[in-house]
Amino acid sequence: MTLTILEAGPAITVQDMGRTGWRAQGLSRGGAVDRLALLEGAALLGADPANAVLEMTGFGGRFAVSTDTRIALTGAVMDADIDGQPVPHNCSHLLHAGQVLRIGGARSGSFGYISFAGGITTPLVMNARATQLTAGIGRLLASGDTLPLGPDPDPHAAPMYLPADDRRAGGDIRIIAGPQTEYFEPEILDAFATSSFQRSSRGNRQGVRMDTDGPGFTSKGQLTILSDMIAPGDIQMTGDGVPYVLLAEGQTTGGYPRIGTVIPADMPKVGQASPGAPIRFRFIDLDEADATYVSEAAQFRALQQACQPLLRDPHDIPDLLSYQLISGATPGDDLERP
Amino acid sequence: MIVRLSSLPQLTIVGAIHTNSQTMAHNTHKDQAAPEILPLGLDSLLVRFSRTWSETANAKTIAFKRVVAVQSIPGVIELASSLTSLQVIFDPMQTDRATLRDVLQQLSAGLPEAAPTPERTWHIPAAFGPEYAPQLPEAAELAGLPPEEAVRDIEAQTLRVIAIGFAPGQPYLGMLPERWDMPRQSEMTESMPNGALITAVRQIVLFAADAPTGWRHIGQSAFRVFQPDTTEPFPLQAGDAIRFHHVSDTEFASIREDKTTNGGAVCKVAS
Repeated sequence: MTLTILEAGPAITVQDMGRTGWRAQGLSRGGAVDRLALLEGAALLGADPANAVLEMTGFGGRFAVSTDTRIALTGAVMDADIDGQPVPHNCSHLLHAGQVLRIGGARSGSFGYISFAGGITTPLVMNARATQLTAGIGRLLASGDTLPLGPDPDPHAAPMYLPADDRRAGGDIRIIAGPQTEYFEPEILDAFATSSFQRSSRGNRQGVRMDTDGPGFTSKGQLTILSDMIAPGDIQMTGDGVPYVLLAEGQTTGGYPRIGTVIPADMPKVGQASPGAPIRFRFIDLDEADATYVSEAAQFRALQQACQPLLRDPHDIPDLLSYQLISGATPGDDLERP
Repeated sequence: MIVRLSSLPQLTIVGAIHTNSQTMAHNTHKDQAAPEILPLGLDSLLVRFSRTWSETANAKTIAFKRVVAVQSIPGVIELASSLTSLQVIFDPMQTDRATLRDVLQQLSAGLPEAAPTPERTWHIPAAFGPEYAPQLPEAAELAGLPPEEAVRDIEAQTLRVIAIGFAPGQPYLGMLPERWDMPRQSEMTESMPNGALITAVRQIVLFAADAPTGWRHIGQSAFRVFQPDTTEPFPLQAGDAIRFHHVSDTEFASIREDKTTNGGAVCKVAS
């Protein structure tokens, strides 16, 4: 059973939850930038969250499968249709063999995902399927590529939906102090914490730049800092004091000073913020930060419980995206009403 | 679950060394007795023996990593070190920061101040002909040596993998004698072949990145420091010793064609 990329956008890769255990050798975990989107896709499909998916940066492509399979679109909200019928976001759908799934540009968010019920089953490299371009593992997908898919164990399972959150709109990002925070003068830290930023269009799987109008956020002796270990979510200042939040494929070590670290709970928000989305950083103390920690296993269980049956065939609801599925403000029976 | 600690018998240091002569000048400073133990994200602690380069702090980092690795501390899932610090990554569902900090603090007392003897020595063939070492004459001149002597000087050194980083598996090898304390060149070399021996600031890097560099190309190996499709993707571990062996360009060409070895490298394990 195969997936054919009929037409590939500029940056489509196979991703999963990445590779752990290799930081000592200079290989970061990698994997999906928006890990929550993979948990959502797997919850919708009743699938394993370790399954490999397609990650699409900014723009999708056209896709077809050789055997009927359920799919789910999560992460960035992208224009999508199957043979012309709109495909709502954060729902499971049956994609029939021979139909064409077309995914256009991102309407909100930065990294879109297609999950397949049986997962993409390309060969494992170092125990994972994630493409890591900076390490020479895998490559960008191109038009005409075919990828193996695992079979859908239950293609006719009832379609499901998940209430979506608002993580694509930017907003307040909570950060904690790190080993280099005190390299910055208090007034620089204050300026950083009170500045308004915009998610730059300059971003990739390694990191995303945050633009602001003010002067740069420089630190003491920043040119002679000894390279040190990096954690995902670290906010690294370039030589000009421009902040980059380091994402899934960031380097494991670096010599640029880091002002703090985004907490894991807010990483999907940083990764998915649309270009131009407003961002503010707020230091919180460790106790408050620790209280936000939820393991991915627990997040997945919560998402499984949050999945709702989609009682009408989404093909019959061309205006589904206008339904208020996402805020929790609906009674939850919108789709059952005539 | 303890991930990979058991498969890391060697000491491993991570960290691209973007240092320069100015930073290296700090190495005579006396280190503080107790390391700083600081949160790095919600799931790791950084144990920092020094904020600047110091051979003592480097030795302590190496020794400390060995001590922590053999302890199998509950909840610790990964260790990664830079030149002077060890990152201890934990599962917050299995342990907490305060508990781990106490354990690490106790373990960090009384560490040796000299690096342990290398357990493994790699012997790596390298070519130094003009085609394979375009900047050897320039680097040799900066070191104050004729090119042939510069090659003999490099062959004579037992170098250590003092860090791995910047690109996966890419080793920083040190330290060359003082005469090799040359700055990076101001212009970047846009592309450098995989396996290139490049030098700056008393170090040699076996280049593995697809990136520009300001270090000078003084030799060429066929050794691959990262082979993702093999069972041992990263042959080198920090702490390993490295010796380079000069081979003729003709010999090198045949070594490079021979896919049964990793660039003709031989690893000798101390008994």
